[in-house]
Amino acid sequence: MAQNDPMAEIRASFFIECEELLEALQDGLQSMEEEGGEESETINVVFRAVHSIKGGAGAFGLEALVRFAHRFETVLDEVRAGRMSPDADAIRLFFQCADHLSDLVRISRDAGELPTAETASLLAALDALLGEEGASEREPEPEEEIDFQPAGLSLDLDFGGGDLPPLISAMPRFRIEFTPENELFETGNEPFLMLRALDAMGQCQVTCHTERLPDFASLAPETSYLSWTIELEADVQEAEIASVFEFVEGLCTLNITRIEDETAGTSSTAEEVTDMQTGTDTSDTTDPLAPPAKPAEADPGPLVQPLVDKASAPPAAKAPAAPASAGSGGSADNSGEQKGASAAAAAKSVVRVDIDRIERLVNLVGELVINQAMLAQSLEESGLSPHSDAMNGLEEFQRLTRDIQDSVMMIRAQPVKSLFQRMSRIVREASAAVGKDVRLHTVGESTEVDKTVIERLADPLTHMIRNAVDHGLESAEKRVAAGKPAQGRVNLTAAHRSGRVVIEVSDDGGGINRKRVLEIAIEKGLVPAEAQLSDTEIDNLLFLPGFSTASVISDLSGRGVGMDVVRTSIQSLGGRISISSTPGVGTTFSISLPLTLAVLDGMVVQVADETLVLPLSVVVETLTLASKDVEMVRPGAYVVRVRSGFVPLFDLGKELGYRQPITDYDGTVVLLIAQEDGSNAALVIDSIQDQRQVVIKGLDDSFYRAPGIAAATILGDGQIALIVDTSDIISNAIGSHGAAATPSLTGLSA
Amino acid sequence: MSDKDTSATIELLTFRLGDQEYSLDIMSVREIRGWTRATPLPHAPGYMKGVINLRGTVLPVMDLALRLGLTPREHTDRNVIIVVKHEDAMTGLLVDAVSDIIALTADDLQPPPDMQTSAIPNVVSALTLIDERMIRVLDLGSIVNSTQSAAA
Repeated sequence: MAQNDPMAEIRASFFIECEELLEALQDGLQSMEEEGGEESETINVVFRAVHSIKGGAGAFGLEALVRFAHRFETVLDEVRAGRMSPDADAIRLFFQCADHLSDLVRISRDAGELPTAETASLLAALDALLGEEGASEREPEPEEEIDFQPAGLSLDLDFGGGDLPPLISAMPRFRIEFTPENELFETGNEPFLMLRALDAMGQCQVTCHTERLPDFASLAPETSYLSWTIELEADVQEAEIASVFEFVEGLCTLNITRIEDETAGTSSTAEEVTDMQTGTDTSDTTDPLAPPAKPAEADPGPLVQPLVDKASAPPAAKAPAAPASAGSGGSADNSGEQKGASAAAAAKSVVRVDIDRIERLVNLVGELVINQAMLAQSLEESGLSPHSDAMNGLEEFQRLTRDIQDSVMMIRAQPVKSLFQRMSRIVREASAAVGKDVRLHTVGESTEVDKTVIERLADPLTHMIRNAVDHGLESAEKRVAAGKPAQGRVNLTAAHRSGRVVIEVSDDGGGINRKRVLEIAIEKGLVPAEAQLSDTEIDNLLFLPGFSTASVISDLSGRGVGMDVVRTSIQSLGGRISISSTPGVGTTFSISLPLTLAVLDGMVVQVADETLVLPLSVVVETLTLASKDVEMVRPGAYVVRVRSGFVPLFDLGKELGYRQPITDYDGTVVLLIAQEDGSNAALVIDSIQDQRQVVIKGLDDSFYRAPGIAAATILGDGQIALIVDTSDIISNAIGSHGAAATPSLTGLSA
Repeated sequence: MSDKDTSATIELLTFRLGDQEYSLDIMSVREIRGWTRATPLPHAPGYMKGVINLRGTVLPVMDLALRLGLTPREHTDRNVIIVVKHEDAMTGLLVDAVSDIIALTADDLQPPPDMQTSAIPNVVSALTLIDERMIRVLDLGSIVNSTQSAAA
């Protein structure tokens, strides 16, 4: 909707917030599921997440989102109030609603088409959950809130202002003093929304302090003059109130105090003034996006107009005096107080940074690493004593560079939690689709991996999870017959292991039906009919392209994506995937990935006068050949004898087209490369230069995509070295002299 | 260059390839660098010289003469790489020597005669005369845009 920049920015930050809220929602539901939904704090979290999304969506006029969130919230409110205790079915519905809510958020963000039918059916399900009494009783209220008149505070009137019903007065009462600073408006925050959020918590009386408003003539439009005192009577913790002001922490003076007993003494006139002012205030500041503003509210007219403008603009020098003095000192005070109040909530302070800035930092550090390498090289060439000051300094510099690099990479690291949450949705959907009762267990959600890695893991993981639910797990009857619980189990774990992250997807299903797999492979001509394959080799057949869309073990997915695609995408992340399966017990897919895509531990080698880098992770060992070790299988296809096995031999220089194939292998250096399927291959190179960390630079392959090359890096002398994609090289080599395919199969067991 | 306003000034960077003069819209030129050795890309078409390090960025460089199907010639010290940007992608074009920057209006440009004889893509978008020398105005897009068929 809003095309102008500031608006788009606010909108964008709303959607980022939504992501966090949705995550909290998922978390909450998950723990509700585990604890049986009785924990009041959990349901509060869930409720608040939905509520906040609704509030934000209202401000942006996202009608569909508001309407759905509202009804969802209504049901959650029943749970929160203890009028309803959610059974497993209800929680399942809540999960669905949460999924749908996140769909709606995404659709609203991308201005896509709304899934009306799904919304309607979920709404109906929610209504059914509420039962008659809920539906009839609550219906009118929604309408009112859905309208989202900018003058939301007029909702107060519904509650009868100071005339509080006695039964609620047992609730804790709070006094909140809230003085926004100029910066609050500059950052696009809106007091009205906070007031409204408070209002939603319970009985709320708002007094607006207008004393500091100067004469119209001396009014500085960029200064904040207003402050509010809110008396809130609600069954909430101070921390919850503080959380309303979470986003404006440090941008306002905030005081939350609990009032023990005091008559609700705000004068109704003051209240009316508030209503009018905040009302107009908002309708003006948020005008471009606010849904239909009541003309009547804007009426208070010309007099209030300038007062309104002031709210949204940058600071002027004079007025801050009062709020600022309270500001610098005061905000410290207040954060201290907040900490007391919301110790748990404020445990971690987080900065939200534009990813571009981090990219820039990562690039700069990459430059630093390269520069450092250049410096090191030229210092070494200058023949300085290794004990000279310069060399000592260089060593220190290298250590620092490495530390900086690690820290910068850590900035991009994110816990895999959000990814895992997405997967729990996949399990819900997939299990519903195939009619199996499946539970996802996750371990190691807090394991941190580079953001880009996480993003690119989503697709392969989705496929593997679907596979596990569809192919891996048996039907409930079969499970029971096999003495297993009827409910299937899919485990998703993440852990750091020696500088890499290992992600495992396992199921407690029937394991791979190897006999069947082999039959199909033979049928499809992927292996010779008489082939004797080990269990591992058979399992690895699943990764062969020919297997992809075939109905290997059962026949759901049919999505045209096979394990070969999964493997390719894992490989493109510099990762490896392996499979292990025990009949009757289950199957485990294990993915090992580098922590980041920005740096690589590389082996620097020389081939035909070119310097190349190979990922260290694929190099198993290095050998110097003797002619007798090399055997020709057929013209152009050689194998090398490594201990008792034969490994296919490829000349890297020839495969890259840098030179003619060498004929005399005596004394040449080969690298033994581990392939993802567990087999080995040997690559002939000229010499090994170094092992070192290199910064990966993407190759712009829009014009020309070089086969066998994954990326590039810049060496100490400023020259570019290409980073070799060994699996690409080998598969190209096999493809080019097709006959060599046989040795590679032989190598499977190496 | 698609400007309808014929009086608007267009600045062109002119350079030599062999004995011919070519030019590019100066707005697409980012910088001009001396020749450095490029790291060759495996199995690349002949006109792809490889990649060079442009202050930390990996820049693909193509030999413009070969790209245009001209006869290959010896490299000299005066060879330079014109770094151009087209649709966010940076490319280096190796040329013999840069000559001049000329300013002219769209009026001075004339479309090249339609000659569908060459197998080379039609990369000359206009012709102009400066001091009785014919200068070919190149269409950058058709030079740097992906032509996988040519590459393969």
